Amino acid sequence: MSVAPDHSPTFARTSLAERLSRAAPYLLVPVLVVLGFLAIGAPSSWLTLTVSGLAMGMMIFVMASGLTLVFGLMDVINFGHGAFISVGAFVGISVLLALGSWTGAPSLALNVAAVMLAVVAAMIVTGALGWAFERVIVRPVYGAHLKQILVTVGGLIVIEQLIHVVWGPDEIFLTRPETLKGAFTFAGAAIEKYRLLAVVVGLVLFVAMRLVFTRTKIGLIVRAGVQNGEMVEALGYRLRLVFIGVFIAGSALAGLGGVMWGLYQEVITAGMGEEMMILVFIVVIIGGLGSIEGAFIGALLVGLLQNYIAFLEPKLALISNIGLMTAILMWRPQGMMPVVEAK
Amino acid sequence: MSDPILSLSGVCTDIAQYHILQGVDLEVGRGGVTMLLGRNGVGKTTTLRTVIGHWQARAGSIRFDGQEITRMPTPDRARAGIGFVPEDMGIFSGLTVEENMTLAAASGPLDTARRDWLFSVFPPLRTFWRSAAGTLSGGQKQMLSIARAMAEERRLYLIDEPTKGLAPAIISTMVGALRELKSQGASILMVEQNFAVAKALGDQVAVMEDGCIIWTGAMADLAADAALQERLMGLSMEVEA
Repeated sequence: MSVAPDHSPTFARTSLAERLSRAAPYLLVPVLVVLGFLAIGAPSSWLTLTVSGLAMGMMIFVMASGLTLVFGLMDVINFGHGAFISVGAFVGISVLLALGSWTGAPSLALNVAAVMLAVVAAMIVTGALGWAFERVIVRPVYGAHLKQILVTVGGLIVIEQLIHVVWGPDEIFLTRPETLKGAFTFAGAAIEKYRLLAVVVGLVLFVAMRLVFTRTKIGLIVRAGVQNGEMVEALGYRLRLVFIGVFIAGSALAGLGGVMWGLYQEVITAGMGEEMMILVFIVVIIGGLGSIEGAFIGALLVGLLQNYIAFLEPKLALISNIGLMTAILMWRPQGMMPVVEAK
Repeated sequence: MSDPILSLSGVCTDIAQYHILQGVDLEVGRGGVTMLLGRNGVGKTTTLRTVIGHWQARAGSIRFDGQEITRMPTPDRARAGIGFVPEDMGIFSGLTVEENMTLAAASGPLDTARRDWLFSVFPPLRTFWRSAAGTLSGGQKQMLSIARAMAEERRLYLIDEPTKGLAPAIISTMVGALRELKSQGASILMVEQNFAVAKALGDQVAVMEDGCIIWTGAMADLAADAALQERLMGLSMEVEA
């Protein structure tokens, strides 16, 4: 038997420039934080804005993570994703309002229990809605991008109208559970408790997703499926079932994001998901299609930049994220860390 | 052929408006290598892709080990025992070599004895076990692609141009590995443009032209008849492996 020589003919050492280029996206957030510090000057204001930006970024990440996977793995442009954000918010907030005695009590345990129940309810409902959405609306248009845009926008409109039917046309105001209200002072900076909680939830979710994608076989199947679905099937895996699972998980995450965003804004509307989709799409595009890490970094950049600019130059805040997207796409036209190439 | 492991009967496959396969009749025997030869664009790759299910046959029948698989989804064909090495190797470049191999063991964890055997056949896999597959050389990627198909025992291997674009030293490694696989009694249907490799490995041969099989027989017979080679493929198989 002849065996392969243990050669490494083209396994060339990567140059410093290449390694830096690969690491560059990871450096963007720290660089932005430092630049923010230099521009803002006052450490307490900078700290408040940074925590606020990170919290906002984490919530956008929660909403965007499902969409980027659906984009990357299933090649589906789902404009209906915003509907899951809204439905999640309405279901979750309804549960919180129903548990008014728990949320109003100055008890951390009761408050956390109420929020957990709201999150679970929102994720179950939006997960189920995602399953139905994939089956009824998305499945007939796999592979047809223009039709996907049309029918998913249609689905978004229908679901928004259904929210009006069920919960009425008015916005719903709410107050956060008692122990999540207010702020504490750290190094002279006021830090809202809820924002800190949002940062922690976002981080835990990111780490959990990383672990699933790197340490489990289902994670491997999803990562491989994003790159070459045909080959995954040729190895014996039913990618169709994985697709559906990812769609349901993505929808449930959007629902979770909706609850978090609702509690953050303390008001919910049927159109809130649709409004958030602009930021969510920016995050998915600058992160690179199919990339969880890219979406995470992109979401933090969006959140931080919006908060810094709103403080430094309020008039520019509205266009700061479009500017960020333009700059990143000029640097990397496929986004920072694309797993699949944009077509 | 008595009791073939794979038989195609009147298989027609269309890609968009093009009729690529126009009634393919082919039998692949148990054990040994059946070479699928022919000029570029005659439908060799489409035949393999139709057998694994990436393209659906419009007409005809595909039977694998006596079972009708013409309408069976690709994952079921793979789980029935068909391994596939595509022309582009189908490597998951963002995954490590280890992750590629882990994924290839679809029915459970990668058997360590089989992994060690694959290391002995393809030593670079051990060296680059934790490296991203995308950073491997072309030859190493091809080794990974074939090793992945061999990660679990399959009853039939479909291998599309395994030596395409490889350096001669790597080609001899590939030939050695495929001989090893063949010696274990595997059945292989292989598309190959390198006649020397085809001669060295092939037991049976089927020649395609315009989406049909136009000649089948023993590789030894084709290799010995230069006039037949010229007539079927417009080339001679003079080069030695």
